[in-house]
Amino acid sequence: MAQQLPILLVVAPLMAAFLVPIVGWWNKRLCYPLAVAALAAPLVCTLGILKQVMAGGGFSYHLGGWSPPWGIEYALDYLNSFVLVIISIVSFIVTIYSKESVRSELPDKITPFYTLLLLMVTGLLGMTVSGDAFNVFVFLEISSLSCYGLIAIGSDGAPFATFRYIIMGTIGASFYLLGVGYLYLVTGTLNMADLARLLPQLYASRVVLTAGIFLLVGIGIKMALFPLHAWLPGAYTYAPSTVSAMVAPLYTKVAAYLLIRIMFTVFQPAFFIEVIPATTLLSWLAAIAMLVGSIYAIAQSDLKRMLSYSVVAQIGYIALGIGLANRLGLSGALLHILNEAFTKGCVFLVAGAIVFKLKSCRLENFNNLYRKMPFTMSAFTIGTFSMIGIPPTSGFFSKLYLLLGSVAAGNWIFVAVLLVSTLLNVVYFFRVIQLASFEKPMPDYARITPYETVAMDEVPLSMQIPIQLMAAGILLSGIFSSRILSAVIVHIIPKSFTP
Amino acid sequence: METLISTFISKYNYWGYIILMMIGLYAMMVKNNLVKKIIGMNIFQTAIILFYISIGAKKGASIPIITHAFNAAPVSIHPAGYINPLPHVLMLTAIVVAVATLGVALAVIVIIYQRYETLELDEILKIRKETG
Repeated sequence: MAQQLPILLVVAPLMAAFLVPIVGWWNKRLCYPLAVAALAAPLVCTLGILKQVMAGGGFSYHLGGWSPPWGIEYALDYLNSFVLVIISIVSFIVTIYSKESVRSELPDKITPFYTLLLLMVTGLLGMTVSGDAFNVFVFLEISSLSCYGLIAIGSDGAPFATFRYIIMGTIGASFYLLGVGYLYLVTGTLNMADLARLLPQLYASRVVLTAGIFLLVGIGIKMALFPLHAWLPGAYTYAPSTVSAMVAPLYTKVAAYLLIRIMFTVFQPAFFIEVIPATTLLSWLAAIAMLVGSIYAIAQSDLKRMLSYSVVAQIGYIALGIGLANRLGLSGALLHILNEAFTKGCVFLVAGAIVFKLKSCRLENFNNLYRKMPFTMSAFTIGTFSMIGIPPTSGFFSKLYLLLGSVAAGNWIFVAVLLVSTLLNVVYFFRVIQLASFEKPMPDYARITPYETVAMDEVPLSMQIPIQLMAAGILLSGIFSSRILSAVIVHIIPKSFTP
Repeated sequence: METLISTFISKYNYWGYIILMMIGLYAMMVKNNLVKKIIGMNIFQTAIILFYISIGAKKGASIPIITHAFNAAPVSIHPAGYINPLPHVLMLTAIVVAVATLGVALAVIVIIYQRYETLELDEILKIRKETG
């Protein structure tokens, strides 16, 4: 049984995705418990896998008993079991939350919603677990296609934003496919471990160079790395709240995982550092992304759109950590993947709760929100603290490691950019907190009458518990960050890296 | 010059793939009509399929089926005599992906048309600007 965990975690949500339409045709109310049960299975599997990896190092699962490099291999190591646990926890929590939110936003589309949601999580899990470059493409497209569908059922500008996303996403996936094709052309294999073995002799080849560039650009689009981020803000803003809360913490982070996998496992780190200076380019683009994303976020008057631009900025942090290519920087990037999953999950769930109560996310309607929804908004405060990087939230630790990594790389411009972008984060998040704390944005000194009392109007428990779980996740991953670092992340860093 | 021409002619399938890909990218970026963008996207994906098919093909090779009976005396096989089936099999999956993408894109276009009653990009952007 323990050997079958890698395949079970993909098969369970996939099969449930096909069961949901049948069950939903019979009784719509059964879709939700089925989806929650189907996503509890990967949670158990990934925790089992992480335990197994921590006990005895990596292991691999051969699909249909065909041994690699001929068959498809699911290769488990510290890197992907770490990301798998994040995916399964966040998707499970968000699915619990979905019940009331979907009922209020998409009352007549419950069945297709859960089908697509399960397919998307299948794709994300599959992308992470697979050790076969082409198999990753297939799962990438499974998750992207269901993601297009999920975003398109949103309100207002959703279809148009989805259209842009489809065009950009298809170019990204196609570039990835081309890159894999070029690698196959020179090595004759698609298995990642086999590619890693065969490629070092071919680093002088121009085909491998082209492949590397295609892979980087393709994944860069999927990751929404500046300047390839244009599809993201619209798509995440207009998507239904549950979808934003599922896609924003996970989708771009899984793409970031894929980038780490390609750059440091399939290729030797030396290739992207020395043969083509991709890491330098990546970290400069990341620095621009952190500033541009934050500045755009300040200019927004809609919470969800503001958070979407914040995703662009936060992807910059992860890309910076990858681009620094030293031990501290990559630790920071990996911690930031964990931190972002919980933090973005938390704040997007709160945005969903606000949409649930206020029917919109415009900042001008936020007055007295702290008194209306004290529990939800306190979770939001924890989320914003983590965004800004105030201890003991996890945001502080990931930013600390990124800062130390920049110092170790001797690049003081990145240190300055990190600090400035933190200040910009303070500007746009404290504006929300200020608007939500008071009745009016500015104090009214001429006022004589006492402030009217505001009745508490909280969201239902099935939304409240997931929000609080996410907030607890932020705090716990911050408090135990050194243990996560020493137990898991240390083993992910390539051996050739300097501190 | 002669070598240049022979490179062009001997690798015409790869040139075809690059030309098709550029046509697709051009249509996706420049065309104003959303349906034309999608046609461009499909040409782009087809170009990649052509590329993969070219990888597997060999001159004078046959389909990779070995015709010798079960338990018969072993025969020696020369790989040059058979085309590589793997890229072709991969493209079966990629074709399915391309069809699915096309389907989703066309479905999205139907909703866009219902909402804005036009498929011209500039007109949609104008309507979106006016309504805020």
